Amino acid sequence: MSEISEHKILFGWEEIKKSLLTCIWFMFLTFPIMVIQVNTIHRTVEWRWERLFFVGAGAFLLSFLWRYMIRRKEAGIKREETAQNTHQDLLQRLLSNPRFSRPALAVAVLFFLTFPLVFSLYQIDIMTTALIYVVVALGLNIVVGLAGLLDLGYVAFFAVGAYTYALLNVHFQLGFWICLPIGGALGFLFGVLLGFPVLRLRGDYLAIVTLGFGEIIRLVLENWNEFSFGPSGIANIPRPGFMGMDLALHQNHTYIYYLMVGLTVFTIFVVRRLQDSRIGRAWTALREDEIACQAMGINKTRTKLSAFAIGATWAGMGGVVFAAKTTFINPASFTIWESVIILCCVVLGGMGSIIGVVAGALVLKLLPEYFRAFSEYRMLVFGTVLVLMMVFRPSGLISSVRRVYRFEGRNKLEGQP
Amino acid sequence: MDLEYFFELFLGGLTRGSIYALIALGYTMVYGIVELINFAHGEIYMIGAFTGLIVAGLLTLLGWPALAILVIASIAAMIYSCAYGWTMEKIAYKPLRKAPRLSALISAIGMSLFLQNYVLLAQTPDFLPFPNLIPEFDFLEPIEHIARSSEILIYAVTAVVMVTLTLLIKFTRMGKAMRATSQDREMAMLVGVNVNRVISMTFILGSATAALGGVLIASHIGQINYYIGFLAGIKAFVAAVLGGIGSMPGAVIGSLVLGWSESFFTGYISSDYEDVFAFLFLVVILIFRPSGILGRKESDKV
Amino acid sequence: MKAVLTVTQLTKTFGGLHALDGVDLTIGRNEIVALIGPNGAGKTTLFNCLTGVYIPTGGSVEITSPEGHTTRLNGLKPDKVTSLGMARTFQNIRLFQNMTVLENVMIGRHCRMHAGIPGAILRNARTRREEKAVIDDSYRILENFQLDRYVNEFAKNLPYGAQRRLEIARAMATEPFLLLLDEPAAGMNAQETKDLDDLIVRLRNKEEISILLIEHDMKLVTSLSDRIFVVDYGRKIAEGTPAEVCCNPVVIKAYLGEEIDA
Ligand SMILES: Nc1ncnc2c1ncn2[C@@H]1O[C@H](COP(=O)(O)OP(=O)(O)O)[C@@H](O)[C@H]1O
Ligand SMILES: [Mg+2]
Repeated sequence: MSEISEHKILFGWEEIKKSLLTCIWFMFLTFPIMVIQVNTIHRTVEWRWERLFFVGAGAFLLSFLWRYMIRRKEAGIKREETAQNTHQDLLQRLLSNPRFSRPALAVAVLFFLTFPLVFSLYQIDIMTTALIYVVVALGLNIVVGLAGLLDLGYVAFFAVGAYTYALLNVHFQLGFWICLPIGGALGFLFGVLLGFPVLRLRGDYLAIVTLGFGEIIRLVLENWNEFSFGPSGIANIPRPGFMGMDLALHQNHTYIYYLMVGLTVFTIFVVRRLQDSRIGRAWTALREDEIACQAMGINKTRTKLSAFAIGATWAGMGGVVFAAKTTFINPASFTIWESVIILCCVVLGGMGSIIGVVAGALVLKLLPEYFRAFSEYRMLVFGTVLVLMMVFRPSGLISSVRRVYRFEGRNKLEGQP
Repeated sequence: MDLEYFFELFLGGLTRGSIYALIALGYTMVYGIVELINFAHGEIYMIGAFTGLIVAGLLTLLGWPALAILVIASIAAMIYSCAYGWTMEKIAYKPLRKAPRLSALISAIGMSLFLQNYVLLAQTPDFLPFPNLIPEFDFLEPIEHIARSSEILIYAVTAVVMVTLTLLIKFTRMGKAMRATSQDREMAMLVGVNVNRVISMTFILGSATAALGGVLIASHIGQINYYIGFLAGIKAFVAAVLGGIGSMPGAVIGSLVLGWSESFFTGYISSDYEDVFAFLFLVVILIFRPSGILGRKESDKV
Repeated sequence: MKAVLTVTQLTKTFGGLHALDGVDLTIGRNEIVALIGPNGAGKTTLFNCLTGVYIPTGGSVEITSPEGHTTRLNGLKPDKVTSLGMARTFQNIRLFQNMTVLENVMIGRHCRMHAGIPGAILRNARTRREEKAVIDDSYRILENFQLDRYVNEFAKNLPYGAQRRLEIARAMATEPFLLLLDEPAAGMNAQETKDLDDLIVRLRNKEEISILLIEHDMKLVTSLSDRIFVVDYGRKIAEGTPAEVCCNPVVIKAYLGEEIDA
């Protein structure tokens, strides 16, 4: 019964009329920008009518989907309001079931360990870059996902790390392994310095101020030639050596790859532990309700600052590896949109969820590499992802789950993750 | 000090300030009513400029007179920016009315990224020359080297827009509904204000003024690309906050102050660090006086 | 009687509005004191000034711990106030909605714990011991409040009465010697109010704490409190035992037109 009525709602005449209107509206909306291309120098006009057709057809079909999704979302909200148990979806149930998650983990480990043996140099490179994003996104996840602070200048700390290695190497010939902790430490320091004045601001203002700081750092790097070599950047940054040996190109890429795998594992380890600790709980509580959080005796400034600075530490370390891997850096790699892409990884995967963020970063970094067609529309897709995720699935593809504690009988306690 | 140079900078600042004001009005109205930093507002301005360019380009090829082109291009730009602003609200913000504020902000950022790249892909990544539509007025000849006619037009339009908007908000039914909604949305709804319409109207008004700003500055400077909205948007936001976000006179005062500061800074101190200066301004204002010049100090009720 | 809280000439203004206007108040050890008054009288504002959410415009707030340390609270941050031993609940429930019931209480234990970031990462013996203790303690608190069957439930999914109780449980987890309750019975049915009555008495007797409570339910107030303060328009207009206050003409006048729930 209900199914029939649902179909009727979906494909009834009313619905088709609505979609037709949407279709016409979008054809009107996109008409000048999609169709007309004026060349004022050569005094020519190009009319690209065929595009209008695609827009119309797309809008017509998507508007059904849109309304269906909105309706589902509203029904979902109602369900959540009445249900006692929070409903978990299939993916979550699978992941929390050890019969599935253990083998899955084993396969993942095997895959990442044997990756360089199976795939080409080019593939290894791509995967290394993706892993850098995983690490950096996990860092941002602490700030945005756990503590609920929207940091739009996050990439600045990434730049701090990259320039730390590049400059220390140019001026003092310091090696990669010394610079890695220094980059992390400087990330932390900058996190504290920038975080301190801004963290008492309300959420949306905080986002804009961090954006401002991020852009200031980039613009300074661009303009202060004596310090940073300006827009042309720094080239010939050495790749990391292996116990003093210089490695051949292939070996070297493999080496950086394993290094990144190691760093990723380390990051996941640390974030997991932080998440499930006194500090991690305080971060989440702060995200939920600042005033109640303070009333529970949690120091707001210190807690926020710790999240901000620890997130920045990981960006700093990621930056060092980034500089070592690409061997060339310039300020153009650190625009606000880079922060937005990292944010996109976190949002897509699921704020606060480690597996989610790892998956999000891998998907968003690997897809454009393997689908060339996609790569042109990369940023367009990122923008769409941000909007759609917020509208339909703010908790991300794999939403975070709270830890469940088991208590067997009175006073016999056992915590189980 | 060289007085003429000073005047040049002063008028340059006024020009910038006027354009910021046209954009900042949209920011401040939207914030006043839905408490959202409409990050994509700069993109609406950019789309206005692009639509203006396309229409102006077409009409130029048809050999129409410059002034007519200017008027038609402006109207087209306003219509299209309104349409985009309205649609954007329906897609990216309306479903998020009850969501946390940060969700709406993230959605706005996504919208901004989308619109930039939409124009980049559908048009071009390069700068496009904007036809010069504003004739040099004869009576301006003596001061031509300080203020061009396009600048005079910008001042005039901004002033007219300001006055019109103020009257609209003060005296029309819709204006009253807008003020009521910004005071207390729930209450406004209870007394029968159609809040959805008010919000749509806010986006439409804001988009229209931004589009005007887009066409004017584009024909003044002479070129545009898909990215002009970002920086202009951020700066207008700074101006809105500086004046006290939510306050319309505040937005204008803030814009003028920012315009002049920028102009004098680049003229007397350093032009390399022009944008750094704007962002520093942003950071300093938000940290030390987030309530702005005319804004009320907010305190959350517990 | 030794005072645990001494408020003298407390004043708070919002623009031209005198939300609090020279309020004096003392609470003794192990005492239950009720604060009543019409809506908008300034009761919640008083709580906010005591706990550091608002900075008072004038006057002073002092607390004396059971060990006899007296601290002036003016200008201290809310978290500092809580760690000194004064905890509160909120009129409009402010739980951490998307955290579990147990985690809500664990957050209450935060200020009595010590593990920092290195401890969290290294998870050394001390941190592990502390974590185990905090889970243990929190569970016991939940048992005391009959909330143990909800341990892993999200706070937002609890029935209303249970949410109110959880807020008190969470406040108690901070080990206060003075507890401020802002309209704890609001929205409760008769049975729930009765349970709350028992709960508060039990708290006072077992944990030996003092309680300051804002409440409109006069039956609850008279049955619970040792003394009652009445405020109106930011001023204290009467104080005394329940019997004294109830027949005080000034109080009756203040409530005129305003219904007293019986
Ligand atoms: N943050 C604030 N800003 C302005 N006015 C406030 C604020 N908090 C409370 N007030 C005002 O102070 C008065 C007392 O409020 P409150 O303490 O909440 O009363 P109640 O006794 O009902 O708890 C009210 O008039 C209220 O509007
Ligand atoms: Mg109250």
